[in-house]
Amino acid sequence: MKNEWRTFNSGVWEREINVRDFIQKNYTPYDGDDTFLAGPTQNTRDLWDQVLDLSRQEREAGGVLDMDTKIISTITSHKAGYLNKDKETIVGFQTDKPFKRSLQPYGGIRMAEKACADNGYQVDPEISEFFTKHRKTHNAGVFDVYTPEMRACRSSHIITGLPDAYGRGRIIGDYRRIALYGVDRLIEDKEEQKATTRSTMYSHIIRDREELSEQIRALKELKELGNIYGCDISKPATDVKEAIQWTYFGYLAAVKEQNGAAMSLGRTSTFIDIYAHRDLEEGRYTEEQIQEFVDHFIMKLRLVKFARTPEYNALFSGDPTWVTESIGGVGIDGRHMVTKMSYRYLHTLQNLGTAPEPNLTVLWSTRLPENFKRFCAKTSIESSSVQYENDDLMRVTHGDDYAIACCVSSMRIGKEMQFFGARANLAKCLLYAINGGVDEVSKKQVGPKYRPITSEYLDYDEVMDRYHDMMQWLAGVYVNSLNIIHYMHDKYCYEKLQMALHDHKVTRWFATGIAGLSVVADSLSAIKYAKVKVIRDENGIATDYEVEGDFPKYGNDDDRVDQIAVDIVHTFMNYVKRNHCYRDGIPTTSILTITSNVVYGKATGSTPDGRKGGQAFAPGANPMHRRDTHGAVASLASVAKLPFKDAQDGISNTFSIIPGALGKEDQLFMGDIDVELECGVDKACSIPNLMEGMDRD
Amino acid sequence: MIGRVHSIESFGTVDGPGVRLVVFLQGCPMRCQYCHNPDTWEFGKGTEMSVGQIMGLYEKNRAFYNKGGITVTGGEPLMQIGFVTELFAAAARRGIHTCLDTSGITFRQERAEVVDAFDRLMAVTDLVMLDIKHIDPEGHKMLTGQELEPVMNFARYLDERAIPVWIRHVVVPGITYEQGELYRLGQFIGTLHNVKALDVLPYHDMGKIKYRNLELNYPLEDVKPLSKEEALSARQVILSGIRDVRHAH
Repeated sequence: MKNEWRTFNSGVWEREINVRDFIQKNYTPYDGDDTFLAGPTQNTRDLWDQVLDLSRQEREAGGVLDMDTKIISTITSHKAGYLNKDKETIVGFQTDKPFKRSLQPYGGIRMAEKACADNGYQVDPEISEFFTKHRKTHNAGVFDVYTPEMRACRSSHIITGLPDAYGRGRIIGDYRRIALYGVDRLIEDKEEQKATTRSTMYSHIIRDREELSEQIRALKELKELGNIYGCDISKPATDVKEAIQWTYFGYLAAVKEQNGAAMSLGRTSTFIDIYAHRDLEEGRYTEEQIQEFVDHFIMKLRLVKFARTPEYNALFSGDPTWVTESIGGVGIDGRHMVTKMSYRYLHTLQNLGTAPEPNLTVLWSTRLPENFKRFCAKTSIESSSVQYENDDLMRVTHGDDYAIACCVSSMRIGKEMQFFGARANLAKCLLYAINGGVDEVSKKQVGPKYRPITSEYLDYDEVMDRYHDMMQWLAGVYVNSLNIIHYMHDKYCYEKLQMALHDHKVTRWFATGIAGLSVVADSLSAIKYAKVKVIRDENGIATDYEVEGDFPKYGNDDDRVDQIAVDIVHTFMNYVKRNHCYRDGIPTTSILTITSNVVYGKATGSTPDGRKGGQAFAPGANPMHRRDTHGAVASLASVAKLPFKDAQDGISNTFSIIPGALGKEDQLFMGDIDVELECGVDKACSIPNLMEGMDRD
Repeated sequence: MIGRVHSIESFGTVDGPGVRLVVFLQGCPMRCQYCHNPDTWEFGKGTEMSVGQIMGLYEKNRAFYNKGGITVTGGEPLMQIGFVTELFAAAARRGIHTCLDTSGITFRQERAEVVDAFDRLMAVTDLVMLDIKHIDPEGHKMLTGQELEPVMNFARYLDERAIPVWIRHVVVPGITYEQGELYRLGQFIGTLHNVKALDVLPYHDMGKIKYRNLELNYPLEDVKPLSKEEALSARQVILSGIRDVRHAH
């Protein structure tokens, strides 16, 4: 056994690249509470103060502090950058200094130029010329092929947020492989894959061999990136600090190469814990030191930044990077996968204060240990920064070594990847069904010229009939647009480093998405259970609706309308499936517009549910704002009816509750009551909180 | 059996232990000046719902409620005591924790048939949240429009029956914020043996808007909300009353 692997339990992971096997054979589940956790060290505080100061400067400078306009970002393009070399235990920035955004033109030179220009910078004219005349980009490739219909759909926003001008992201490299095996072993593995491809040169074999060569090149560059920071990552990591650092180098190389819409980290905490556990046992590091490594690692992840345009930031309501890290879950052998490292990751929200990134995501199971559940609840109440995903649901299809990309997309790490596909605006599609393919905002004929509905009041059966036709059409244009996008992304902006950290044969999920589901459900419910009068303009185009009477609204656990939502998801998914998907991609869909619901709503006219033109959609699968009037359980129950098998790429629900309503302030009034009044074990002493009744209205 | 329901909250976290299905029944004989749910007062309104329908709501989301249960509040739930009894009996048969949030105002210890009805209800009730509005008979009448005596009798009845009780008390500046009265409330609670918790709530004026919508006068127009700190100190006074009585015995 290699020296780095001393003390580890052996398994097939020694003979093949198999991180999951290593984890399962070596991790130590932790059932205890959070009392072992260490606070921030002085160095951590100093570094974080420095970050806060730089963040302030960045804000004052209008959102961007510095941009690289001359050096095209590659894995090895920049020399080392630090906050404070003497204090940082985990190192590495995307460029030669923190807060300096890198130049990434492969997705599209115009986007790169605009991102600079909008922030007061100018891309080096030579680079602009090179990427305009001599080196084609992903964006240029896509627009060479788009049909007029696709362009029309794109500009009318019935298909929105397509990754045709920027990196598609959503791919998670198995960055842990670097720590466990060292880069040399990974290169060996890829060399072997290349040596064993078929020798008849079909075009897909040619592509395969070219991609493997690219991957090997990327791995060599990755080793060089380690050297730039004085680390030899050709060999496996020897301790927890190196394990974190090696893993981070992999992630860093990915974000130096790609500015994808979501650049997620994976599921690293339980893996890293195996090293921490050994180091604690062998007395190599103290808990405080280990927490410091974790804090510094998370700090780095918080500082991932991309050059983006104001429109992009508007679409995503901010400057997100979706550095999602999946924590916890349960193994298929029944042991939970919570370790001390799961606590340490979440504890960074305390040590460094709250932050949206990295997107710490707890893979929730009813079988997680009680202490950990409590710790999660406490951390959520204090930080409002924890995302939860249903492990019991996903483990069935993805096993116990999957991670979440972006907010909800699950994939087995290193074995599955995803073609990110933005989303189709099903609310607008409904309006097209009513208007015979005419866009209600631009009044242009965008969709097929089907017969419009001309009656004064909408008839449910007639609307559904037209809606089905229009969804079928939309699914076709949509999937085919994505086919072009992913073909060109592979060709001009291939994720060679991330794919180098995958197996040779990967499953490709062909992701699509739905926007406006709750608008559609409520609209159809209004048509079915109330009376909806159509208001038309002088050209007979329906531009507004008057709802007469009440109707069941999605979000109240009412099957009459919830079933409509379920049917729409199922139907649309079936239409998606009827289409050919690039590279044998397996079609999935998601209902997850957590942030872009505002922009989608802006581009969509009035809808039959009474929503006025321009008003925001609800995020993800959420019920429309203020229409869920029966409390959180009813609201959640409606969402929970949506079929995961039809929306396997994920269903998101943004849930806010005032902390008081969760009983946080119980503590305040607990007082000495249990001493005085002999509180029994029937938990009747968990006194209702002070704010009682305030949110009952 | 059919009840008149004002509304249902599927995620009640402040009306009893755990996450609860909270049923607000329509209709109340009290007219508490600080009431923040005046829309639950009027009788004959609301939605008619059967015991089966409410149990159905509970059953289909019972995973959420396995550490909680059902709470019936109002309005004054005792105005529909038969319905509540049947609902709680159905819940009790399935091992669901039941909690009654009440003022106790309809209790008549001198009337055997009333006590019988209460006996039947209490046989299937796990917890009573008893809201004592005012410890002074005159004050109670002023604040609520009803007598205090039935409330006190109900509290003693619950004590005899050893039904677990949480006492609730809303502290309103100028009405129930008087030290002597708070202390006396504590003394009364101190004589009971079944009280599991004391919940002292500061008066808030978030119900105002509902009065406006119902075109009702808001009786406490000029009363300022009580701060948490003041509520905490009021609680200490009540506790000292409890303590003194307990130690004396």
